[in-house]
Amino acid sequence: MSELQLVQILSPEGELLTDPEYPLDISTEEIRALYRDLVMVRRFDVEATALQRQGELGLWAQSLGQEAAQVGSGRALIPGDYAFPTYREHGVAWAKGVPPEKLLGMYRGINHGGWNPHDNDFHLYTLVIGSQTLHATGYAMGIQRDKSNNAVIAYFGDGATSQGDVNEAFTFASVYHAPVVFFCQNNQWAISQPIESQTKVALYKRAAGFGFPGVRVDGNDVLAVLAVTRVALARARAGEGPTLIEAFTYRMGAHTTSDDPSRYRLAQELEEWKLKDPIARVKSYLTRSGLANEDFFADIEKEAEAMASKLRGDIIDAEDPYVEAIFDYVYAEPHPILEAEKNAYINYLESFAEGDKE
Amino acid sequence: MITLGKAINMGLRRALTEDPKVLVMGEDVGKLGGVFRVTENLQTEFGEDRIIDTPLAESGILGTAIGLALRGYRPVCEIQFDGFVYPAFDQITSQLAKMHSRSLGTLKLPVVVRIPYGGGIGAVEHHSESNETYFAHTAGLRVVTCSNPNDAYWMMQQAIQSDDPVIFFEPKRRYWDKAEIDEAAPSLGLHETRTVQEGNDLTLISYGPTVRTAIEVAAVCAKEGRSVEVMDLRTLSPLDLAPVFESAQKTGRVVILHEAPTFLGLGAEIASQITEECFYSLDAPVLRVGGFNVPYPPARLEEHYLPDLDRTLDAIDRAFAF
Ligand SMILES: Cc1ncc(C[n+]2csc(CCOP(=O)(O)OP(=O)(O)O)c2C)c(N)n1
Ligand SMILES: [Mg+2]
Repeated sequence: MSELQLVQILSPEGELLTDPEYPLDISTEEIRALYRDLVMVRRFDVEATALQRQGELGLWAQSLGQEAAQVGSGRALIPGDYAFPTYREHGVAWAKGVPPEKLLGMYRGINHGGWNPHDNDFHLYTLVIGSQTLHATGYAMGIQRDKSNNAVIAYFGDGATSQGDVNEAFTFASVYHAPVVFFCQNNQWAISQPIESQTKVALYKRAAGFGFPGVRVDGNDVLAVLAVTRVALARARAGEGPTLIEAFTYRMGAHTTSDDPSRYRLAQELEEWKLKDPIARVKSYLTRSGLANEDFFADIEKEAEAMASKLRGDIIDAEDPYVEAIFDYVYAEPHPILEAEKNAYINYLESFAEGDKE
Repeated sequence: MITLGKAINMGLRRALTEDPKVLVMGEDVGKLGGVFRVTENLQTEFGEDRIIDTPLAESGILGTAIGLALRGYRPVCEIQFDGFVYPAFDQITSQLAKMHSRSLGTLKLPVVVRIPYGGGIGAVEHHSESNETYFAHTAGLRVVTCSNPNDAYWMMQQAIQSDDPVIFFEPKRRYWDKAEIDEAAPSLGLHETRTVQEGNDLTLISYGPTVRTAIEVAAVCAKEGRSVEVMDLRTLSPLDLAPVFESAQKTGRVVILHEAPTFLGLGAEIASQITEECFYSLDAPVLRVGGFNVPYPPARLEEHYLPDLDRTLDAIDRAFAF
């Protein structure tokens, strides 16, 4: 068996390496900014998890452990590049500038989306596994026809690679040279099922069969993810077609807050992955190289705390949706049957209000 | 007393014990025992060859189940949530449903598709749908749903024994409802409607998750001096409407209650058939109470969408106003 590839620029110990295939031109300021992103995204996720525990959210899907994969790829995008996420890409949303509290709406049960995708070129979360990879491919086909210099990135999980839709997306993108990057976060698990139950071959190698390059990157190395994603996006912009990136990472939390991973995986596994933590390695690099001091880290902690407490306030104050919303956005054009149904229901509700007055 | 979810587990267990050809397959059904624990402990008991954690692909699950059935197995497929059955829609409606007739009766497809369905659990999108109509509308499929643990236990076994494909809808918000089950013998066949309680003034028809609602409605009506007959359809395709006609002829008033949107829902078909069969016995038009004709709303609005006690009582008032 040939050795498996793994692009790495920052080792788990925080040592800076170089990969001739993926040279990274990056300033200290940029690395410090990436560090801030990682900390903010983790703090956001911790707060959302706490909000779920306290009953403010119905459910939460944690990004814990996947911050580098999400921030690194998200920061490789330029304005106008469009991202199609699953339900876990909070770090990409952050990089794209989506206001954090908006990500909580669907998990609180007040909407099915909650942000305008066009505001930040960040599509709505998609819960049906794999579907969005085809939307991303189609969007890229549009970009191609517009002769624009942008590209698209499609996020999906290791489990999703088993879906027909994902394989169809690979086929379409390949056949049309669509400017799309397929970004698979292999976090080793699809709910209770380990990666071995989905594939017998390293995921990045699948790309070859579809006729485009695949690369495996250390998904806990924000610099490597940034470098690899930039190269893939550049290829897409140059009309060379899609790339599959397999970000090798780990789901450090439960699948969602409804899940109990102790039923199917060993605690030891998590302990091993903790040694490869995506944030710790950047911190140790910055510290050891003297590129950041205690004040820098303390300031970011403070900023993260402030963000978390604002998030908490924002979501607790978030208004419940109004009842008519059930009917109002089903169709773009008027629909008499729904109109009648809505009016009948509003009258019905008002009949109780009148009853109360009596 | 056992829960409805546990009753299905026991039904599966018994079927697996009695027939070595029975298999269970789906996402997370093995080690985890399913996200609702309906298949809990089955893999430890029957092994990985019979309780199969499949790749994450619904079309794959159904398509390979068809192949296994062609080879003499009796697969029971789990779809994790109602809204995730659509990737398998071609395999179910074009392949599974039609193979028996295409082969002029040569091929048998004893596949069961378990679908936890309906809302009321505060879930995110795609986890609360009532999509039974798509399947009931497809010739070649049998469609059933249970409302209580005893039916859950027996109907699961009967569905597995059927030589036709059966879509088995499980009312997920009732998984935790408890009741006694009679392990000696089933009281009804798979395709029989049950009269839950007798009454003289109005017939209230329901199935799955809203049967409990219907029973609560009847209790309120009783206090108001209205005697409501409650019927649990159990079988959605084929429908067993003879007892329904009999009841309609007795009471003269019928209300149908289900979670699915009313537009082209089961209620529409039933109302039409009652009108044809019982026209001269009716004192009021057959009325429907159901979900609105909209996508299932976010959790904080679902109480408005779900047909509840009050909306059913309102329909009953209207039926009596004629
Ligand atoms: C079509 C479909 N089938 C099943 C599910 C239920 N489900 C939700 S997440 C999940 C596992 C996804 O695993 P993976 O693709 O690895 O993504 P991860 O959750 O690990 O980020 C499953 C089976 C779904 N959402 N959509
Ligand atoms: Mg995964």
